[in-house]
Amino acid sequence: MDEATMTDRELQLKAVRLRKKTLEAIFEAGAGHTGGGLSCLDILNVLYNRVLNVSPQTFISPMRDRYVQSKGHSVEVLYAVLADRGFFPEAELKTICHYKSHFVGHPTRHIPGIEMNTGALGHGLPICIGMALAGKMDNAPYRVFTLLGDGELAEGSNWEAALAAAHYKLDNLTAIIDHNTLQITGHTREVMSNEPLDEKWRAFGWAVKTVDGHDYPQLTDALSKPAEQGKPTCVIANTIKGRGVSFMENVAKWHHGVPSEAELKQALAELDAAVAKLTGASK
Amino acid sequence: MFSADAKAMVGKFGLKMGRANLDEFAATLEELAKANPNIVAVTSDSRGSGKLAPFGKTLPKQLIEVGIAEQNLVGITAGLAACGKKSFGVSPACFLTARALEQIKNDVCYSDVPAVLIGISAGVSYGALGTTHHSLHDLAVLRAINNITIIVPADNFETRQAILYAAKATKPVFVRFGKAPMYELHKPETRFETGKTITTRDGDDVAFIAAGETVVHALLAAGKLAESGLSCRVLSMHTIKPFDTGAILKAGRECRAIVTVEEHSVSGGLGEACASVLLQAGTCKPFQIVGIPDEETVTGAQADIFRHYGISMEGLSETATNLLKSL
Repeated sequence: MDEATMTDRELQLKAVRLRKKTLEAIFEAGAGHTGGGLSCLDILNVLYNRVLNVSPQTFISPMRDRYVQSKGHSVEVLYAVLADRGFFPEAELKTICHYKSHFVGHPTRHIPGIEMNTGALGHGLPICIGMALAGKMDNAPYRVFTLLGDGELAEGSNWEAALAAAHYKLDNLTAIIDHNTLQITGHTREVMSNEPLDEKWRAFGWAVKTVDGHDYPQLTDALSKPAEQGKPTCVIANTIKGRGVSFMENVAKWHHGVPSEAELKQALAELDAAVAKLTGASK
Repeated sequence: MFSADAKAMVGKFGLKMGRANLDEFAATLEELAKANPNIVAVTSDSRGSGKLAPFGKTLPKQLIEVGIAEQNLVGITAGLAACGKKSFGVSPACFLTARALEQIKNDVCYSDVPAVLIGISAGVSYGALGTTHHSLHDLAVLRAINNITIIVPADNFETRQAILYAAKATKPVFVRFGKAPMYELHKPETRFETGKTITTRDGDDVAFIAAGETVVHALLAAGKLAESGLSCRVLSMHTIKPFDTGAILKAGRECRAIVTVEEHSVSGGLGEACASVLLQAGTCKPFQIVGIPDEETVTGAQADIFRHYGISMEGLSETATNLLKSL
């Protein structure tokens, strides 16, 4: 299928399939970050299938778009999306967290398609500023994207970087916030409140767009081009942690919960029902 | 920095005073950057203390200021390197290697980008500014992190060679030095190879294994001990990682006693690296680590601190003499 011409419904169908792959991979590995993966899956789906100028063939090109996943723990969805895009065979997902497998629980450059090793929080944005600055110096057309968790924003390094991105007018940089409002301990507003996010980023000199992080037209519109010339773009994507599986949605314990066999079965059945609904609706 | 006796020994050796390694670094980097527009210096409000103000004026497009934000400095330096720039992150060693250690570990070393990190005013160079500004931990922590070359140059020659090496390196490099003017220890024809010790003086009674700004004191101590008929070897251990185990083991075999000298905590630095190499090879010789002990560091200028902890011609020759007495 040609990604460029995929309809929203086709992408939504792909998302359901990727959710299933992600859950199966986490179940197989016996470990993983389920809730935050499902919350950002639609964002990755849009990025890799509609926005990023990158493919297995162009990954070595200096002109490729860069994506650095700052919330590295949501790696299983990234693996699933990269496998789907042909960066490596899908069968390799079965080796996640296995002895001597490069598919560890956070992204590493050993995996085709991954730009930087992340996992410690608050690292992606500074790295992306370096990448965006390099692009500006070279007059290169590429864009740079990073995905941050909302809980991750408590790391001070993000705010050092937020200053620098605006200072250097990095309109080739987009930071996406997976705003699912939950972190490992509970509600972000209770752990360390960070609202109002939009006003904070605006005050730091960014162009801010707030979207439904599961809405394909909204995500596509916000990510396809920089929001404003001379300013970095911050896309606040309002998402649901555990999105797509009823008993995982908005439940903090699924941050790194691993489904039992029965739970996996129920989750896959729900996702199959979602497929039926989508395909039924298309008839 | 030097007593009258030490200055006399300097004269005896005919050592010429060069400039600060910091100045040598800045001049070398500017020279390289003029020829290679891909070289970028990144500073954290540190262009003045890094002597890079002229660089910034001559090559404004090749200097990126990040403000007082060392974590951001290292992340940006890594991102630049990942996109094909030869980036040099320049910041006081104390902040660079403590505050931004996680960025060094993950963004630079683990991600394996060819970034260079320059720790300026390292060790106790900031002297009386106190412990906040000292870096006595940097070699220890970076030794424990995989995938980074660590260079501690002793003089202008070694500094220039280290920067030339770093500019071509395809892997992470950390170079740390101070800001005091340094005597020239090596002849221009000396061969510098990363990971290979320079034997500054040969001998087989005591081996002084030293790094950075302490090497000159070891050399002067060797001169003083020669007056008592003792022949001392002085190794400039400019590369802390990869470590020249061959030179250490050779010294262990051939010399009667070993004194290591470093401007660093006695924990985890050059001395313990040498001890580890020797002991694991079954080489047990009288051995003393001279550095900054595990205590609240004495206050004063760099010279005061050196003298207080025996990093001086007099202190090192006394340490060596006492060690030989234990035989």
